[in-house]
Amino acid sequence: METLWFCLVAVMIAVYVLLDGFDLGAGAVHFLVARTPEERRQVIASIGPVWDGNEVWLLAAGGTLYFAFPLLYASGFSGFYLPLMMVLWLLILRGTSIEFRNHIKSPIWTPFWDFLFSASSFLLAIFFGAALGNVVRGVPLDDSGYFFEPLWTNFQLGDHTGILDWYTVLVGVTALFALMMHGALWIQLKTHSAVRDRSARVAAWTWWGVLICSGLLTMVTFSVQPQILANFKTWPAGYILPAIAIAGLAGVQFELRRLNERNAFLASCTYLLGMLTSVVFGVYPMVLPARNPAYALTIANAKAANYGLEIGLIWWLIGMALAAGYFIYVYRSFTGKIAADTDPHSH
Amino acid sequence: MGSALDIHRFHFAFTVTYHYLFPQLTMGLALLIVILKSIALRSGDEHYHRAARFWAKIFGINFAIGVVTGIPMEFQFGTNWAEFSRAAGGVIGQTLAMEGVFSFFLESTFLGLFLFGEKRLGPIGHWISAVLVFIGSWLSGYLIVATDAWMQHPVGYRVLSNGEIALSSFWGLVLNRWALAQYAHNMIGAVQTGCFVMAAVGAFYILSKRELFYGKTFLRIGVYAGIIAAVLQLFPTGDIQGKLVADHQPVTLAAMEGLFVSQEGAPLAILGQPDVQKRRLDNPLEIPSMLSFLTYREWKAHVPGLDSFPESDWPDTIELLYYSYHVMVGLGTLFIAIMGLAAILLWRQKLFETRWLLWIVMLSAPLPYIANTAGWMTAELGRQPWLIYGVMRTAHGFSPRVAAGNAWFTLIGFMGMYTLLSILWLFLVYREIEQGPEPEIAHAADSSVVAKAD
Repeated sequence: METLWFCLVAVMIAVYVLLDGFDLGAGAVHFLVARTPEERRQVIASIGPVWDGNEVWLLAAGGTLYFAFPLLYASGFSGFYLPLMMVLWLLILRGTSIEFRNHIKSPIWTPFWDFLFSASSFLLAIFFGAALGNVVRGVPLDDSGYFFEPLWTNFQLGDHTGILDWYTVLVGVTALFALMMHGALWIQLKTHSAVRDRSARVAAWTWWGVLICSGLLTMVTFSVQPQILANFKTWPAGYILPAIAIAGLAGVQFELRRLNERNAFLASCTYLLGMLTSVVFGVYPMVLPARNPAYALTIANAKAANYGLEIGLIWWLIGMALAAGYFIYVYRSFTGKIAADTDPHSH
Repeated sequence: MGSALDIHRFHFAFTVTYHYLFPQLTMGLALLIVILKSIALRSGDEHYHRAARFWAKIFGINFAIGVVTGIPMEFQFGTNWAEFSRAAGGVIGQTLAMEGVFSFFLESTFLGLFLFGEKRLGPIGHWISAVLVFIGSWLSGYLIVATDAWMQHPVGYRVLSNGEIALSSFWGLVLNRWALAQYAHNMIGAVQTGCFVMAAVGAFYILSKRELFYGKTFLRIGVYAGIIAAVLQLFPTGDIQGKLVADHQPVTLAAMEGLFVSQEGAPLAILGQPDVQKRRLDNPLEIPSMLSFLTYREWKAHVPGLDSFPESDWPDTIELLYYSYHVMVGLGTLFIAIMGLAAILLWRQKLFETRWLLWIVMLSAPLPYIANTAGWMTAELGRQPWLIYGVMRTAHGFSPRVAAGNAWFTLIGFMGMYTLLSILWLFLVYREIEQGPEPEIAHAADSSVVAKAD
């Protein structure tokens, strides 16, 4: 039962990264791909009807994590107190930027919100990457089941780690490149002419960033978190997951050259999915690795009691089927490219 | 105030109080927008579609702030209240996760369609999307109230040997009778906020001698729905809630009422300042035996005062609890008076000419916000010193590793950010009201200015 919930929470987080990832990435590359007010409107319009729903996956995943693994929620969230609060502030800034920018058409108002939107998206991509890096590297848990990390200590991987060290910064940069590429591919799919062309170029050069960072990261991760290698040795079938990531990344380049915008975006989804599942597979059965492996939180010691997990499964499946229905409906009715000169209130 | 416990409490109290200023309006408006859309659909009168679009814009601004200030609430259970989450996450995580899975997906999807898809959906599709936004937001309200109700009146759980509080009855949690009563009372409160705001905008238009059709429509809907809500707020919902408190949290009732001494035929304090040190109410203005009657329907019934309970079980801020409760009840009574008078004049077709009352209606818009806030303060201060009533003390619930300094840091950050949001809110909402339900006419007047600015 707890393994099942481990997988379900992982799926929700993965869906969150794939969906909100493209609108975060779109924000991060906003000023790179759009120069005029009209072009910036197109970028916003490409995520306008969906970004809020995408972000709900974060809330739904958080809630699911809460009732399935209460100790993880308590320990992880209080341990990552400062960066999490900063993530919340950035989410507030970003949400208000997207929603308020179209209320007034003015050369002061709109660029101000565009800047906040882009800056907060850029920082969120790095923060989310660094958070993932912290989980993989392990945190200074002790026998109480708690820890508290300062923002940084000495940037080393000792016993007194901070949120930021060379490893988590590397994961943060990788995430930034990956989401910039992902976002650029989305904008390419949803726009045309100048914005589309610039997005294709941004996707092309960020692809190299993703390639180099992912390569570096893969090499160092096996020594930072030995459990990952052990899991791949125990269950060699797991090698399929990094293979999927590699295939996805290669697919992005291939489809970019073939000018197939839809497949290029889907390849990027495949890459992200491959990377995330590799990590999840690698840390299993831990949900929060510790610097001292004895204190790690695992699916067994962090899970809620069985009755709640069983009953939760029933409503979770119903709710997720409904949510999937809404998403298919919204995305289907939102296919095609953004028109270049429509009224901003009718996107 | 300086201990980690105090800061964590204030952190949650501040962020949740601020957050709830927005959902109370959007939940109330969601219902009123459905009413407007239904009239529009039946009559085919374009004015009502415009009226619905106008309120949808105000809804949108408030919804956006509600969403961004709501996300921190879910996360704060983990960040600031880790011990509580560790113990009870398996129970309250259920309702919180259900809120995300069942309401937020529904709400976010159909709000987008409602705000931007009117042309594509057609009138019936657009009406359906308005109804689904209403259902989504009211369902979200229920699941949050059910979460709080479990902390007020825990049911359907058992405590395991390791201290973990495990769910033992899903339906017990979801259909907690405290939740049903609190939900009814709370949602009526949200409807009152929506009604007062709608009526106030209507009064503003009539008093400004503009948008007369809309001014009258908003007043009609706001006042008629408002008087129904104002009465339901007191009876039966407030009454039921009060009896639940008397039955399950008698010490809270004593503190709310400022009743220090147990007595038969206990009086109801209308005014007066509690002096907790001297255990008495200063300058009391009381109705003899009324509290006994209201609580037990018997004039001579015995009502336990604070002296019947050990001091360690007393709520820890009796003064604030007492005032919150009295402000809530006082305002609730005032609402019946204002809306009742307005409804009578409306029925006799005199309201639109009665300027003094329109002024009162217009200036009353902030009051239901205060009443709803005071109501929640009554519930949550009244729950003290318990985090989960009778099960876990508040002092045992916060995050042991998050020092007071870190909590201060983030509290100040939220305060700064919310101050900016408030300024933006005022600016944007006033702008929408100023533009009115027919902005294209206002636009046509200043389109030359816009053209130059572009």
